[in-house]
Amino acid sequence: MLAAAGLGLSAGGHELVRALDLSLAPGQCWALLGRNGAGKTSLILALAGLRAPQSGAVALEGVPLAAMRRRDLARRVSVLLQDEDSDFWGSVLDYVMLGRFPNSRSAFGRDEEGLRGARRWLAELDLSDREAQPYRTLSGGERQRARVAQLLLQDTDVLLLDEPLQHLDLRHQAGVMRTLAARAAEGKTVLTALHEPGHAARHCGFSVLLYDAGRASLGRSSDMLTQANLEALYQCRLEAAGAWSFLPS
Amino acid sequence: MKAAPAVVLALVPASLALAIAFGSVDLGPGRLGDALLGRGDEIAREIVWGVRAPRALAAFACGGLLALAGALLQVLLRNPLADPAILGVSGGAAAGALAAMLFGAAATGVNLCALAGAAIAAAAVFSFSLGRSGWNPYRVLLTGVALASGFGALVGLMLAVAPSAQVQGMLFWLLGDLSPAGDPTAALAVLAACAALAFSQSAALDVLILGEDKARSLGVAVTRLQAIAFGCATLATVAAVLLGGTIGFVGLVVPHLLRLSGVHRHRALLPLAACLGGSLLALADALARTVAAPAELPVGVLTAMIGVPVLLVLLARLR
Repeated sequence: MLAAAGLGLSAGGHELVRALDLSLAPGQCWALLGRNGAGKTSLILALAGLRAPQSGAVALEGVPLAAMRRRDLARRVSVLLQDEDSDFWGSVLDYVMLGRFPNSRSAFGRDEEGLRGARRWLAELDLSDREAQPYRTLSGGERQRARVAQLLLQDTDVLLLDEPLQHLDLRHQAGVMRTLAARAAEGKTVLTALHEPGHAARHCGFSVLLYDAGRASLGRSSDMLTQANLEALYQCRLEAAGAWSFLPS
Repeated sequence: MKAAPAVVLALVPASLALAIAFGSVDLGPGRLGDALLGRGDEIAREIVWGVRAPRALAAFACGGLLALAGALLQVLLRNPLADPAILGVSGGAAAGALAAMLFGAAATGVNLCALAGAAIAAAAVFSFSLGRSGWNPYRVLLTGVALASGFGALVGLMLAVAPSAQVQGMLFWLLGDLSPAGDPTAALAVLAACAALAFSQSAALDVLILGEDKARSLGVAVTRLQAIAFGCATLATVAAVLLGGTIGFVGLVVPHLLRLSGVHRHRALLPLAACLGGSLLALADALARTVAAPAELPVGVLTAMIGVPVLLVLLARLR
């Protein structure tokens, strides 16, 4: 259980989140929705223990993140950042294998268990034939999937993802969402920032809506993702797009 | 290019052997072989074991230290142009050494003043870049570059006002010159210690390439790692500069040569950089001693003459 209590976040003088209480339980898949600049990334960084909140605290099983050693935290909570450096010189497999860092016993010798895991996630993310290719030569969408594979190899109880679907084509968007939902169904906790309410409605049982000026509401996606809420969230009129809206079956 | 590690490791004994075999005096294969085995005439033995072997090892230690520092700084600052001079430490050492020469100090005095200059520069870089939220590599880079150009101005001033008899010695120091290197034992010990310390952090350095936040989320104690690696790079740079002055290019080029040859994991890159840097500088120094014998060229000129075309050729092949 990853829980935020009385969380307050601000950036550049803007209040993003005020007194937020959020409990992410095992088996739950959460969508995090909000306008650009609403504070999705700040919330994810705070939940991952990478930014100290202005007020309140985040705790894992009751232990404040600030009191945990990085290595211990990395075995329990993983985070996919929105921007990750990409000047990595090795192969795609090498890149994914970095996800083993918190769990590998020795820095040397072959890590057979890690290699099996890495190949499993590369296959799941449709990158098996890219395994030996230099990471730098991948396309943007392929890099994004390699990052997700690295995150899955970290094999944590809690997975936090900041826009995991960026650069992905429709089919791979659905593939990543199905993979994340399957992790939640296995008893892991997933929270993912998304820009497409359709994916949230289909794969995430719960949603957090981050409004402006620090206001947030959260609950079951079936209650949260109404047209009225989404119009208030994105501050624009919405209409059913009919024949032009597609999600992979 | 899977052969790169084997080639680099084979280059270590080969370069040391060449550096001992060649010099301003041509011993010929017979006398050389006898002297190596501790036999034959005393002059040849003294040249081989008393002069060339320590000099070759000093060059090896110096090159190894510079390449190790370069490899560490390139990952820490996430900047492919980083080299040991970027810390401002070699600039500080240069200003100290030239000031000592200007006032007519002997070799020990020059070395002590170089050490003092390096220490001042290192203290300034570290105190300006360690903020409340830990290290800031960006500030390290800016502070180092600013200090380096400040020291560069001081060095220029001292060259301008120095009596012409002293200017050549100063220029040799600035271009990098191993002739006053002396006993290499201490430098080899520093090289071994720095390489071992850096090597122990190699898995974490691999992860640091992903950026500081991602590395933290993967369990790396980033601030501690940066402190260790910056400390290591600084110590290595200071030891190298005290040995051979400001020898350029080895620290910049050697890590790139290895990366372009397919070596990218730090557990291989760091030790191989030390070996390759050492071998290349031992070879360059052997050349510097022989091409214009009995005069010696500044070895820093030769490292640039060799390093630039090699890197350009590799870059072109891998376009």
